[in-house]
Amino acid sequence: MKDFPYTESKDTRSGFGAGLHELGKTNPNVVALCADLIGSLKMDAFKKDFPERFFQVGIAEANMMGVAAGLTIGGKIPFTGTFANFSTGRVYDQIRQSIAYSDKNVKICASHAGLTLGEDGATHQILEDLGLMKMLPGMTVINPCDYNQTKAATIAIADHHGPVYLRFGRPVVPNFTPADQTFEIGKAVLLNEGTDVSIFATGHLVWKAILAGHLLAEQGISAEIINIHTIKPLDEAAVLASARKTRCVVTAEEHQRHGGLGDSIAQLLARQEPLPLEMVAVNDSFGESGTPDQLMQKYGLTEMDVVRAANDVLKRKK
Amino acid sequence: MPQTADRSTAELQQIAAQVRRDIVRMVHAVNSGHPGGSLGCTDLLVALYFKVMQHNPTSFSLDGVGEDLFFLSNGHISPVFYSVLARAGYFPVSELSTFRKLDSRLQGHPTTHEGLPGVRIASGSLGQGLSVACGAAQAKKLNGDDRRVFVLMGDGELEEGQIWEAAMYAPHHKIDNLIAVVDRNGQQIDGPTAEIGGLGDLRAKFEAFGWHVLEADGNQFSTLLPALEEAVAASGQGRPVIMLMDTQMGYGVDFMMGSHKWHGVAPNDEQLQKALQQLLVENASDY
Repeated sequence: MKDFPYTESKDTRSGFGAGLHELGKTNPNVVALCADLIGSLKMDAFKKDFPERFFQVGIAEANMMGVAAGLTIGGKIPFTGTFANFSTGRVYDQIRQSIAYSDKNVKICASHAGLTLGEDGATHQILEDLGLMKMLPGMTVINPCDYNQTKAATIAIADHHGPVYLRFGRPVVPNFTPADQTFEIGKAVLLNEGTDVSIFATGHLVWKAILAGHLLAEQGISAEIINIHTIKPLDEAAVLASARKTRCVVTAEEHQRHGGLGDSIAQLLARQEPLPLEMVAVNDSFGESGTPDQLMQKYGLTEMDVVRAANDVLKRKK
Repeated sequence: MPQTADRSTAELQQIAAQVRRDIVRMVHAVNSGHPGGSLGCTDLLVALYFKVMQHNPTSFSLDGVGEDLFFLSNGHISPVFYSVLARAGYFPVSELSTFRKLDSRLQGHPTTHEGLPGVRIASGSLGQGLSVACGAAQAKKLNGDDRRVFVLMGDGELEEGQIWEAAMYAPHHKIDNLIAVVDRNGQQIDGPTAEIGGLGDLRAKFEAFGWHVLEADGNQFSTLLPALEEAVAASGQGRPVIMLMDTQMGYGVDFMMGSHKWHGVAPNDEQLQKALQQLLVENASDY
């Protein structure tokens, strides 16, 4: 099992803020909109240096999505910023009609996704957003794993024509991916080669999967760990190649089991390569108040849960 | 070249009559669609596309840089939108016969999805067009493009909350290259708006939000054209402009007028003939 050294832990939302600021300098068509959460989304630097391209929309997310769609008419590339809950469920029909169906080049950037938002509780902890967004035809759905990857993804999506949902979060997590990485939309990243079980993880669960890989190695189990930063389009070739090699699969995500990454991979395997699969995900439940670590533990999203899932799926492997 | 038309009112009336013929024939052909609001807004769309707006029908570009833009927020009145776009030269008039049929670019509600020239956003789910128009108008400002953005909404549509988010946004951001129009026909699917939505005093509401408000009869060119001129003159003055336009649903066909019952109902064969007899054009060129 490979080591993934890192020098600091950072929040993924700050990676977004840094990427957006970089885009401000390099791409004059990039504009940003925020619904009264500039500090939370780390959009301060963009606002300060490019005030004419920054639009404070206030607590009016539906309007924000429509304004963003309108800004594309004339060639702008709008990045909207608010919490994941208010970026998706609250404005689903606006995204569906004015952005996705209309094929507008809007980048929906969503922070505080999942349980790790913490103490604010279930009203703000959306665990359905990946499913909502991946169901929309033409929508690209991205959930990077750390600061560097979120920054790289933010910069990359500006060059991709079409609607994108970019999901990130609040807590600090190890920043272990290379600062100079090239982010390829739809291209899975093989982190650790293994032979016994494939672990496909996304977002904050990527680091948990790495921790689980070390624990599994101590048990003599060789885990292949793959970072699926793009939920849609799914890198089907990479998933199938790994699954065909190890013959059993674990998926891990900070999301509902219904509609998430595991669901996408299960569908792919059922169609092309039926193999035993276990999902580390929230099981049809809302979250609640608590610290991020307490919540990840209570709802079964820790490295130990990944280890357990690997052991379970290995028993079913033929 | 973008067109600015020096057309007489008599010419506009002829175009409007032809458009109304298209509308009733289109909805009759597929026994579905929304004739009432379409007939009521015909004069506005004819005035915009054949007189007021500078636009480029023969080489449509989605970005519309250097052109006036029009957004239809109440997308269900697609028949009038399609007819006016076709008659203005965006696509062949013959294509109106495909309205609401399988594999058509003329979907039940307007969409960019099938690449129909003249349409820049999908609409149909109500309440979204004013926000889109705000964004498009802001893009024009960023681009140094001094043309204007027009948007039409239904009055029943104003019951949607998003409209009021945008109504607050536009004056706050001084989007003064935006001219909104409310089709105040007083009707919605379940009956009169006064009984259903409680729209109240729209002039006072929009004025309180910071808009330049004007009112006009939307079915008489003699009042509609000066009102549009006034709206254009009022733009660029630091405030968005909104025109509360009184229309009659079904205008031009006596048995369709003044009732919500023709909101989403097509005429039968006999009713179509009766309607066409009332919509006379000197040189009718039905598709």
